[in-house]
Amino acid sequence: MSIPASLAANPRLDRWVGFEEPGLVRIAVGKVEYGQGAMTGLAQIAAEELDVGMDRLDVVNPETDLSPDEGLTVGSMSTESSGASIRFACAEARALFVAAAARRLGCDPAEIEIDDGAFLAGGEPSGLDYWALAPEVDLAVAPTGEVTPKPPSKHKIVGRDHGRLDLPAKVFGAAYLHDLAQPGMLHARVLRQPGFHARLAGLDEAAIRRAAGDETVEILREANFVAFLSESEAAANAAIGAAEQSARWDDARDLSPALSETASLKALPAQSFPSPEPPPERSNRRRHTAGYSRPYIAHGSMGPSCGLAVFDDGQLTVWTHAQGVYPLRMLIARVCGVEPASIKVIHTQGAGTYGHNGSDDAAIDAAVIAVRRPGKPIRVLWRREDEFGHEPVGTAMHVELTAELDAGGRIADYATEIWSGSHTGGRGRCLAETALGLPPAPPIVPPPNLPAGVRFSGGILNAIPSYDIPARRVTEHVVQAPVRTSSLRGLGGPVNTYANECFIDELAELAGEDPVAFRLAQISDPRAIHVVTRTAQLCGWDKRGPAATGRGLGFAYCRYRDRGAYVAAAVALTVDTEVRLDHMWCVTDCGQVINPDGAKNQLEGGMIMAASWALKEQVRLAGRGIATITWDDYPILRFDEVPPVDVELVMDQQDQRSSGTGEVSLGPAMAAIGNAVAHALGARLRDLPFTRERIARALLASDS
Amino acid sequence: MLRDIGLTVNGEARRLHVDDTRTLLDVLRSELDLKAARFGCGAGHCGTCAVIVDGDDVAACQQEVGNLEGKAITTLEGIGTPERPHPLQIAFIEMQAGQCGYCLAGILVGAKALLDRNPNPSRAEIASALSWHLCRCGAHNRIMAAVELAAEHMREAPMPQGVAA
Repeated sequence: MSIPASLAANPRLDRWVGFEEPGLVRIAVGKVEYGQGAMTGLAQIAAEELDVGMDRLDVVNPETDLSPDEGLTVGSMSTESSGASIRFACAEARALFVAAAARRLGCDPAEIEIDDGAFLAGGEPSGLDYWALAPEVDLAVAPTGEVTPKPPSKHKIVGRDHGRLDLPAKVFGAAYLHDLAQPGMLHARVLRQPGFHARLAGLDEAAIRRAAGDETVEILREANFVAFLSESEAAANAAIGAAEQSARWDDARDLSPALSETASLKALPAQSFPSPEPPPERSNRRRHTAGYSRPYIAHGSMGPSCGLAVFDDGQLTVWTHAQGVYPLRMLIARVCGVEPASIKVIHTQGAGTYGHNGSDDAAIDAAVIAVRRPGKPIRVLWRREDEFGHEPVGTAMHVELTAELDAGGRIADYATEIWSGSHTGGRGRCLAETALGLPPAPPIVPPPNLPAGVRFSGGILNAIPSYDIPARRVTEHVVQAPVRTSSLRGLGGPVNTYANECFIDELAELAGEDPVAFRLAQISDPRAIHVVTRTAQLCGWDKRGPAATGRGLGFAYCRYRDRGAYVAAAVALTVDTEVRLDHMWCVTDCGQVINPDGAKNQLEGGMIMAASWALKEQVRLAGRGIATITWDDYPILRFDEVPPVDVELVMDQQDQRSSGTGEVSLGPAMAAIGNAVAHALGARLRDLPFTRERIARALLASDS
Repeated sequence: MLRDIGLTVNGEARRLHVDDTRTLLDVLRSELDLKAARFGCGAGHCGTCAVIVDGDDVAACQQEVGNLEGKAITTLEGIGTPERPHPLQIAFIEMQAGQCGYCLAGILVGAKALLDRNPNPSRAEIASALSWHLCRCGAHNRIMAAVELAAEHMREAPMPQGVAA
């Protein structure tokens, strides 16, 4: 069998699994938990393959040198890539133990079964278990690739609901990096540059100490990096507040508010990647064009980013809630000038990040300060305005679509042209690095392995809708956004799916067909047909009323990244002066399901976040940078605005490859909302979010 | 101004010698080592720092400790523990109500205050009571279902007096 990529890159079984503590199984993976349930699903896979109960698993917190290096926890890939590796590693480990037991017992390995870690021979207890055999089994070996994991038909733990391992601690108030404290710890706040070219021209240090009410507040100043350190968190807060008032900057950024709007994207400097396919020959086919957009979006983590670091005897230890400990170590090494071998990075849970938010930067801030103040634990906590104002935001996108319908009303040609900022900064360009005046350096995360000539760009994910379309072209313009942008849940995928699936409704109208029937006529994959028909059934599509009544029912479908989960969504809503969501439905086929309730939780959450993006969210730019820096400026969907969400998982594809669910429901949910709003209004809005002002304009336009 | 302030925190009388302009959130976390109420926004917008003060759930980041002399304060730590969980905590685990969970401490406090006032809330009353709390992961429906489940359990088997402040 071919060895999964993560295991091949970390080819020693003991990196993944061990039996050091009697009765416990150590499981180490390189992916991190941020509430998405990754650790629980991976533990289920390990328990299944080893035939031990879930309560025997000790899932190691990811830490450099202790955990396998699996890069970043991104792209809904933990279950697929990390899961495949832990499954193979555990299957190989189990086979080594079975062979050892067979030698001891003088029996055929095929006679041995394992029940909660105890070995049975011919169905009878043998007195052996993993822990008794551990001294004679060497797991410091490479995988052979010759062991076949259990077939899904034998699974007893995988495919069943299991409560998340991380949740109980959270319900009792523990769990977060934000709560760690160390003796002698200093609280730090960091003054941020208003733009990458801003230079600090003046800072009234005496006034800052007076405002802090603490003459011992230490001001660490190097180039444009300024931090305030105190044993008192309140004093550190007061100091940065005063510093922000009095700091004078040269060459501060000065952004026009018009840059907040997606209409500005086409005018930004860009690198273009035209489609290599030639445009279609002229024909008399019916042709339709429309443009859709989503503005800049904040990750909006509930907890502002936090980092904790201490530098002792040349050893730098950093606690972080970022998405991967190894990539962060490389970046810290570069910014701090410390060898990676002398840096330990420990993951500790924080608030959900939904992509690359301020968490890397906060850890780097803490590390930068720690190496300049050896021996002192340094805790950096960003303020709410830092998180909103200085995290890398999800980029705005404008998507222009052109399609041609043949004489039978089927899509004959489809072209997508995308204007988008970067979705994957590669974890370069961190704030402290720029502020310290270090020379520009390349990103530390290489692009994913792709065949020669294939370019990875988050902007073109799901650029073509998931139908049988004979001719297709994608052109992308990667624009230089006026603020830092990086990965946000799903990258460009949800935005492209929003645009495509709304446009499909427009094409159905052009063809004079029902939107669901139009979709089904151009799908041949039976798994896709199932999620579409089942969602239509659940939402009562056959009873859908006429358009322009104020009540709308919308539909959408996509196969995530063309190779992942099949997802269909429907949304019922009411529009008067604003949009009120009445109900949302989703049916997903993600192949083998590890933890059904965990997957549903992710899909539900994705639907609600998508609804929030679609109805409410827009990062506004003005002057020195981001202007939306409080929850008042940047409202998200609230408890009294959330509709019931019904999610159904397809459970009879357990022999298929497992696909992640964290990002897959957002695009279909946004598109179903767009289509439902168009149905309710009898007029189409294409630019997100669907605010009260945009609804009013659409109503006025349709009245006149 | 530094002064002595007396509070009841999770049923226990506490005397503090602190600057009276400090926030309750700062004092809970740095003086009393109660870490469940967490900083989220510092403006009373998000609810991650919610605590109960004399029966009402409020944002601890907006309370100056100098104004709280003699008040009774309940944090999540005072609502239940792994050894003696509150029905809300049991129900949140049963419904898997949460993802990253950063908002949960505040939401559990808000739900406790709600059930103290109204042991039989409708879904709309739960939504309304929790509407000042933000949840970014989208666990809202599970959270509201868990509050309903806890209310049901509590009506069936009321908690003995003295358990859970």
